[in-house]
Amino acid sequence: MDISRLVQKSEFEWWLEATPPMRVPGILYASEALLREMDDKVLEQIANVAGLPGIVQAAYAMPDAHWGYGFPIGGVAAFREEDGVVSAGGVGFDISCGVRTLHTGLTVADIEPIKENLAQGLFRHVPAGVGSVGKIHLELAELDEMLQGGAAWAVAKGYGRPEDLEYIEEHGRMEGAQSERVSEQAKRRQADEMGTLGSGNHYLEVQQVTEVYDPAVAQVFGVAVGDVLVSIHSGSRGLGHQVATDYSKRMIEAAHKYGLELRDLELACAPIQSEEGQAYLGAMRAAINCALANRQILTHLAREAFAYLLPQADLRLIYDVSHNTAKLETHLIHGKPERLYVHRKGATRALGPGHPALPEAYRAVGQPVLIGGTMGTASYILVGTQEGEARSLSSSCHGAGRALSRHQALKQWHGKEVVRELAQRGIIVRSPSPRGVAEEAPGAYKDVSAVVDAAHAAGLSRKVARLEPLICIKG
Amino acid sequence: MTRAQGRWEHFYHQADIGVRGIGPTLDEAFEQAGLALTAVVTNPALVRPAQPIEIECEAPRASLLLVDFLNQLVYEMAIRRMLFSQFEVHISPPDLGGALSLHALAWGEPVDPARHQPAVEVKGATYCELEVRQNHEGEWVVQCVVDV
Repeated sequence: MDISRLVQKSEFEWWLEATPPMRVPGILYASEALLREMDDKVLEQIANVAGLPGIVQAAYAMPDAHWGYGFPIGGVAAFREEDGVVSAGGVGFDISCGVRTLHTGLTVADIEPIKENLAQGLFRHVPAGVGSVGKIHLELAELDEMLQGGAAWAVAKGYGRPEDLEYIEEHGRMEGAQSERVSEQAKRRQADEMGTLGSGNHYLEVQQVTEVYDPAVAQVFGVAVGDVLVSIHSGSRGLGHQVATDYSKRMIEAAHKYGLELRDLELACAPIQSEEGQAYLGAMRAAINCALANRQILTHLAREAFAYLLPQADLRLIYDVSHNTAKLETHLIHGKPERLYVHRKGATRALGPGHPALPEAYRAVGQPVLIGGTMGTASYILVGTQEGEARSLSSSCHGAGRALSRHQALKQWHGKEVVRELAQRGIIVRSPSPRGVAEEAPGAYKDVSAVVDAAHAAGLSRKVARLEPLICIKG
Repeated sequence: MTRAQGRWEHFYHQADIGVRGIGPTLDEAFEQAGLALTAVVTNPALVRPAQPIEIECEAPRASLLLVDFLNQLVYEMAIRRMLFSQFEVHISPPDLGGALSLHALAWGEPVDPARHQPAVEVKGATYCELEVRQNHEGEWVVQCVVDV
């Protein structure tokens, strides 16, 4: 990225001043090195978002921002409830794609002797990859119940424990979901996809805690060096993708009616108070529930696989975060509380200490912010900060972000070699697709540690613990 | 007279993938874009054109028609768990005046993970880098970014 257009406010904060048609400035949180790696398109997209009606404060880019469609991935933007817009492209295709992390109650010493078997057991038990089907088939009526109930529906069906719900955003059930706003096509796409991991960058990892940066907070989350955790990265599967497709189209068709002059079709949006805006919000919330239910079922499958091999394991949910959402939240804008639809696309909500939406056990310290890395590097647990509220509407980064395209990665690596190399380092990778592994090679991603360090230094969230993979199930 | 060859290619996008179809006619450019879509998932040469499915869509202009066409293919790939390697596209009216409708047949077979090694699912076609144009040689070039 050409940073000459930016004004540096501090080591990790850079501003793109608001020039018409921008209504607010762009604010990018990153080190200079990370910024220089970003595509110029990120800046162009930030400027475009900053020009949308009803936007408040700024269009933000997180340290892992990269070129998306319409809104950048790693972008955050909030719009006033009364005169703002909601954008399907501002949420993304994989609605509520996110990460949940569980503590296994085990240490590395418990896992090492049966690591191969555990990898095989998880790989067999958790459906992953293109064309895979879940063990559950849902008819339309049941799909509607799932879309209204989210993870709470899954728990009621026997997938998980009631106490899991406390540790999921929205307590596992997004209010305001309207399954009738979800097309039949979207529902049909989901009928056999409940409890499937998906492909691409989705994974289930068994990880070890290798470093603790904040012992007090780590204790509250219940993690210590040597502990074994499980992290699941997946989303709303085919249903969420179809909702995004359906409503992007509908928003483009309706834009003219509302006098929205789209500089680019990718910026398709609708007034929050319009029929199209309300319909999208109802459908998007249903898709959030789909993602929450999906990760809940995946959790159940992981528990079953562990129970078979390690009966002493007790998989306790630490937390579940969603990356691609637009949620109604109240934030202080110029000292006044305002109701805003906060779009986070490839960004994590990061509530600071004391927030009423947090589980009671974490309320004193803040929200766990779960950052997924690659299968060869590390993941991190961070915690939301008080200052994050003013800095980025309580938002933080979500992962490493790609450095190389899939095509470039495929030229550089062979899947089998990547699997062999990682095995030598003690990381077992299981995937139905060597090509998929090559495209997801650790070297194809930016340095997740640099991203996390920038989020920490910028005050968006604070480092708590570092996790390194032991087993990775890739789609 | 030698007839220009249809072809497809991928173009760079940092996080996702750009698909581009090029052909002497708009119909053929769309067919090539279909192949480019399959190539995101697997090598199209590995996919047997065993059974056909039908696709119909309508749009006010050619660029929007391309997104609809690719999204229909994404949908069919997802619900049928199939991959497609041969396409026959007819867009009307031929002069591209007014609203456009597309009728297509796509031949393919069910996904076989061992043989196809599918790398990634396509989530949807986007309006990013969306273009339908004729190049200096008079060939039709159709493209957009697909989300993976």
